[in-house]
Amino acid sequence: MEKKSKLAILTNGIIKENPVLVLLLGTCPFLATSSSLINALGMGVSATAVLVCSNIVISLLRKVIPDKVRIPCYIVVIAGFVTLVQFVLQAYAPGINKALGVFIPLIVVNCIILGRAEAFANKNTVVDSALDGIGMGLGFTLALACMGAIREFFGTGCLLGITIIPDFSIGFFNLPPGGFFVFGVLIAVMQAVTKGKALKAKSFSCGLCPMYNSCNTAEANAEVEAEKKAAEAAQAV
Amino acid sequence: MVNLIIIFMAIVLVNNFVLSQFLGICSFLGVSNKMSSAVGMGGAVVFVMVIAELVTWPVMQILNKFDLAYLQTVVFILVIAALVQFVEMFMKRYLPSLQKALGIYLPLITTNCAILGATINAITFNYSFIESVVYSFGAGVGYMIAMILFAGIREEKLNNEEGVPVPFKGVGIILVAASIMALSFMGFTGMFQ
Repeated sequence: MEKKSKLAILTNGIIKENPVLVLLLGTCPFLATSSSLINALGMGVSATAVLVCSNIVISLLRKVIPDKVRIPCYIVVIAGFVTLVQFVLQAYAPGINKALGVFIPLIVVNCIILGRAEAFANKNTVVDSALDGIGMGLGFTLALACMGAIREFFGTGCLLGITIIPDFSIGFFNLPPGGFFVFGVLIAVMQAVTKGKALKAKSFSCGLCPMYNSCNTAEANAEVEAEKKAAEAAQAV
Repeated sequence: MVNLIIIFMAIVLVNNFVLSQFLGICSFLGVSNKMSSAVGMGGAVVFVMVIAELVTWPVMQILNKFDLAYLQTVVFILVIAALVQFVEMFMKRYLPSLQKALGIYLPLITTNCAILGATINAITFNYSFIESVVYSFGAGVGYMIAMILFAGIREEKLNNEEGVPVPFKGVGIILVAASIMALSFMGFTGMFQ
């Protein structure tokens, strides 16, 4: 990997490789916790905290962890920090904890965090990994806040619980289908503004998943391709 | 018995894991491009969900007994990861045909939030052992139904993108299609309490 300046590492995750809007990672919490701005911010901050801490620890341990068991090790580290975040939220923000519900423990399987551990933290120094964690976390939080603001505003006419337009609400935006819809429109707007250059992932597929290379699906896909080619060759004969 | 049927139907239709609770979206969008893989993935999720519930529910009782409920997240994810590995090895040895059909999707499932979500939800709702298993089975079936329906829509309608506005091509139109499907599932709201 080429050497990047500290600033470039930090800003990389915010715009150029925004985890949700460009890499299409972490879509579950993105859709589920964006029905209001306050939930979106709560989720964004919690995930950022876990991401930064786990990136630092995994980077510190990158020479100690044997390659073969690295993914279970990452999961244990991440799960530890998630439990800490759960404690903090239960003590200081019980309302948010209740609203986010199952999605707080589910930060463990958020593919952004595991993906950064696998793609960045286990190859880079502690400082770089921390900066990467902050940048990616901010990118995730910004995207979530943007989506949360849109859905809360159109869904209830409020922002952060403060009424902006009285007696205005389109319930659709607050409901699950609205989540899919606003996400689709956001991506389309981004594509239109950047003339289709922004989006790295052209379509949803297994290849997006950060676990792709360590998962058998890659092999299976290769096998299927090989079989197809063999069948085509047989037909040609 | 009625109680169990209500739990099952509610999780399959009303609170569908994918379309109304946003659990397992990554795999829902990622693997639904072909019908065959959608069926395989759906089957694997149902299978692992039920097995995971069979194991995590007793584990939670042990944790509660020693007042260690806060370790839930750490223990559950480790139990599920170990379990998936074990199931994979067992299938390879004794059930090679099943392994061939579902095997390649199994490693994906360790980090599938639907599995962890179902096990945690069952504990949060204070379900009994039988209720938890039914809940998990229903969650898996709901996931499979959503997945197969969506794969059908994608194969049939979204393969050629003629007439789709340029910015919506690729990702955008898939999300809008998912939105319309979720909207149709909203019709089940209020069917079961």
